[in-house]
Amino acid sequence: MSGTTGDIVLSARDVTKDFGHTQVLKGVSLDVHAGEVMCIIGPSGSGKSTFLRCINHLEDIDGGSLTVFGDLVGYKRKGDRLYEESERETAVKRERIGMVFQQFNLFPHLTVLENVMIGPVEVKGTPKAQARETALTLLERVGLRDRADAYPVQLSGGQQQRVAIARTLAMQPDLILFDEPTSALDPEMVSEVLSVIRDLADDGMTMVIVTHEMGFAREVADTVVFMADGNIVESGTPDEVMGHPREERTKQFIQEIR
Amino acid sequence: MVSNLVSNPVSKNDDGHGALRVVPRRHVARDVVSVVCVLLLAAVVWSAATNERFGWPVVAHYFLSPLVLVGLWNTILVTVLSMLLAFVLGVVVELMNESGAPVLKFISGIYLWVFRGTPLLVQVIILFNISALYPKIGFGIPFTNIGTGPIDVNSVITPFAVGVLALGINEGAYMAEVIRGGILAVPAGQIDAAKSIGMKPMQVFFKIVFPQAIRSIIPATGNQVISMMKASSLVSVIAFPDLLYSVQAIYARNFQTIPLLIVASIWYLIVTTVLMAVQRVVERHYTRKGAER
Repeated sequence: MSGTTGDIVLSARDVTKDFGHTQVLKGVSLDVHAGEVMCIIGPSGSGKSTFLRCINHLEDIDGGSLTVFGDLVGYKRKGDRLYEESERETAVKRERIGMVFQQFNLFPHLTVLENVMIGPVEVKGTPKAQARETALTLLERVGLRDRADAYPVQLSGGQQQRVAIARTLAMQPDLILFDEPTSALDPEMVSEVLSVIRDLADDGMTMVIVTHEMGFAREVADTVVFMADGNIVESGTPDEVMGHPREERTKQFIQEIR
Repeated sequence: MVSNLVSNPVSKNDDGHGALRVVPRRHVARDVVSVVCVLLLAAVVWSAATNERFGWPVVAHYFLSPLVLVGLWNTILVTVLSMLLAFVLGVVVELMNESGAPVLKFISGIYLWVFRGTPLLVQVIILFNISALYPKIGFGIPFTNIGTGPIDVNSVITPFAVGVLALGINEGAYMAEVIRGGILAVPAGQIDAAKSIGMKPMQVFFKIVFPQAIRSIIPATGNQVISMMKASSLVSVIAFPDLLYSVQAIYARNFQTIPLLIVASIWYLIVTTVLMAVQRVVERHYTRKGAER
């Protein structure tokens, strides 16, 4: 089942973003459908991570619009203008959008179990006993139930990243953003994290994954988007973009990465 | 033959390299200097013990006298209260600094500039003489009759109040820096992660940022408490009966200047030693947690 036919989960239209005088996003437009796995590839500095951070408004945008489930994230529309909403309002929208970071960003002062519980308990007001049950089930799913009482620093990078995925899943998101989830890992730990993400794909989770793992992208993605210099150069099925690229820039990138 | 080399390791003494003893290097110069220092130290101790002008019996006599103990209590009290004031001010100043409002940031900058840029002793004396600027004050809502009537400033500005206020306001400028350092030490990725699971700003601060910041704030505050305890002796100049002022009051009458200053010094040393010990325990607690976590 390819996920490119379901309801639209994420819709970006002409998204632009400036850092000072450099425009890092020059009008990015794309749609992600329910159950779709989209991999964004491209050289570093192409704006792919920045675009991902705009989706849940960790970065603000300078033009265009971004909607998740039809809602603008971080903004309210009045007429043809977008007004930035309060952090409190944005926080509610972020509950449905999970995010997994390159540097894991587990909370070092909390145990593994507490890291996974804190979202439901603090944000959703889930009773602790129930949140604990859910957290343990999720840790089981990522293969780390026996490390529930450890602190993040006691875990390997791969284990930390799997906990980070469990922490995100605990909020029962409808869309998960992965920002280079294996780039900070030692080579032997990459596969354990990719296999967890692969399982999520099999379960039909909607995901946008910024990655340098070409083999993985090819295998798991429904859609591959190639970005360069703040633009989408080309997008399509993995076979179209990675197997038979049309654009010169894409061909060059695919060549280099081999 | 190769196989011979592998199966028969070189026997011990046949080439003169086996079974040699390692003799540690002797540090002659270091040993000589150490002996000289011990002799000098002994001479100092001997002189202190035998020179009657040190007045050890006088030291012993006044060490636990009520006046000295009250002074010690006042020193501790003024230290604790001014540190509390400083902590609150430090948090407020840091919040102003981080508020994103240029005016608030400017005001906090002025505060830091003035109170870190002038001597504490001068600030103490100025505040003590504040009634020269504002002889009467009153609190109330402008253009109404609601509020207090005019209050005589000299009756409010007691040496105790001046001590706490001057030390606290001055220290607040330094505590702001300590708190700022603690908060900046929390990586930006922590805030990203907290936001990404839907936490609201207050939750991000109190559940994620503050518990991590406090780990570096508490040990650093320990240093500030020790400095504050010593700096509090400055309020003796405005006749606040702290430890130093109390011994001064005694030696003004009996002229046993040095013995009484020794009494004060021993008490200061005792308090700072206790504070340092407490600080070491606290620091170990937080670094161990840091290593664990």
